[in-house]
Amino acid sequence: MTAGFVLRGVSVRRGGDTVLDAVDAEIPGQGVTALWGPSGAGKSTTLRLLNRLDVPDDGSITYDGTSLDELDPHRLRRQVGMVFQRATPFAGTVADNLAVADPDADRDGMVESLRRVSLDAAMLDRDADTLSGGELQRMCLARTLITGPETLLLDEPTSALDATPAREFERTVLDLVDEGALTVVWIAHDDEQVSRVADRVLEIRDHRIVESGDWQLTRGRTS
Amino acid sequence: MTISWTGLAVSLVLVVVAAGISLAWRLGLERSIVWAAARALVQLLIVGGILVLLLMPGVSLWWSWLWVAAMLAYAAWTARQRAPSIPGLLPVAGAAFLAAGTVCLVVLFGLGVFPLTSRTLVPMAGLIVGNAMTSTVLAGRRLQEEFADKRAEIEARLALGQSGRDAARPYLRGVLRSALSPQIETTKATGLVFLPGAMTGLILAGVPPLQAVLVQAVVMFLVLAAAATTTSVVALGLVRRLFTPDDRLLALSREKV
Repeated sequence: MTAGFVLRGVSVRRGGDTVLDAVDAEIPGQGVTALWGPSGAGKSTTLRLLNRLDVPDDGSITYDGTSLDELDPHRLRRQVGMVFQRATPFAGTVADNLAVADPDADRDGMVESLRRVSLDAAMLDRDADTLSGGELQRMCLARTLITGPETLLLDEPTSALDATPAREFERTVLDLVDEGALTVVWIAHDDEQVSRVADRVLEIRDHRIVESGDWQLTRGRTS
Repeated sequence: MTISWTGLAVSLVLVVVAAGISLAWRLGLERSIVWAAARALVQLLIVGGILVLLLMPGVSLWWSWLWVAAMLAYAAWTARQRAPSIPGLLPVAGAAFLAAGTVCLVVLFGLGVFPLTSRTLVPMAGLIVGNAMTSTVLAGRRLQEEFADKRAEIEARLALGQSGRDAARPYLRGVLRSALSPQIETTKATGLVFLPGAMTGLILAGVPPLQAVLVQAVVMFLVLAAAATTTSVVALGLVRRLFTPDDRLLALSREKV
C-alpha cells in the first residue's frame, strides 16, 4: 500500500454533538477510495479534514507521512484538490473560473484542462452561469485539476446530476485515475455508484469507521 | 428664533400622536415610543448643558477633545451592542471611528473649512461618529450575511489554495458597495426629496438660507467621507477575523438586519 492519508484517533465535535468519534483509517495514495455510509455519518467532515478546511479536535492526520499541521495549508490544498457536492461557479466566464485556480495559466493550458474533463475548448468564453449542471461540475473539476493536484477529494459530486451526466462524470474521473497521476477519495451514499468507481471502501456509520477493505468484501459483510 | 419650554412641552403632543397610532393599530410600540422620546430629550438636554459649559469663555479646547474621545468609545460599544453576533466588532469599530474622525477632522480643520473651536469640533465629531456608527453596523451585518450566503464559493476558493484575503476579496466589493449605497442615495436626494437636518436647524435658527446650504453641503460631504472610510476599515478589519490563521472560514450565523 502506498503512502496517503493516515488518521489516528480523529474526533470532531460541533457544539455538543460528536461528528467523528476516534476515527482510525488509512487512505492509500493510489486508486479510488470511497467513503460510504448514510447521510450525517461524518463523511463530508472526514473529507474536509483531509485538506484542512476543517481540523480535528483530537487525533492526528498525516499525508505521505507528514502531519497536516506541519504542511502549508495553501500548498496542501493545491496538492489535495476538492470538488464539492454542489457546483460552485465563480462570476464570469469559464476562463475566468480557471484563472482563479491558476492565474498564470495561458489559453492552451486552459484548453488542455477542459479536454481532460471532456469539455470543448469553445466553452472557455462562455459565461459559467449558462452551463448545464453536468457541464458546471466538469468545469469545477477542470478548475481543480488545473492546480495540478496529486489527490482529488470528491464530495458527492454527482448527487445533483441526472443519471447520464453523472455517469459521464464518473467516467471522466476514472479515466484520470487510469492515467495514473491521480488518487481519488470519493464520498458516495449510493452503493451502485460505489461498485462502479471504488477500488476500496471506508464505511462510516454513526461517526465511526465500521469497515475498511475492498468493495466486494465490505459489501458482502454489510448487505 | 427661539423655542420656549412651553413650546417644547406642546411639541410632545406629536409623541402622543405617534403613541396613539401604535395603540390604535395594537403595535405594542407605545411604551418604546414614549421611552425613546423621553430618553432623547434627556440626552439632548444633558448634551446641551455640557455644550454650554464647553462654550464658556476661557474653557480649554482639550475638554472638547476629551468629549470626542468619549463619544468614540461609547459609539464603538454601542455598535458592538447592536450587532453582538459579529466577531471582534468592538476594536474594529473603534479603529474605524478613529480613521473616519482623523480623515474628516483633518480636512475640516486642517484645511480651514471651519475654525477649530469647541463650537465646531464637538458637533462635527458627533456627526462623524454618529454616521460612522450606522455605517459600521450596516457594513458588519452585510459582511456577515454575504459570507454566510457565499460560504460555498469562498470555501471553493480556499480549496483551490487561495489565502483567506484573496478568497474574500470579490465578496468584499459587494459588501462595500451595498453598505455605501444608502448614503450615496441619500446624498443624491438631498434638497430634492428632503431638507436635511443641519440646514433645517440653521434656517429655523435664523441663519441666512445660502449660509445654511453651504454648511449643509460640507456636512453631507463629511458624512459621505465618514461612511466610506468607516465601511472600508470595518470590512477589512472584520474579514481578518472571519478566517483562522490557517485560512479556514469560521462558522457564521446570519443576523437579521
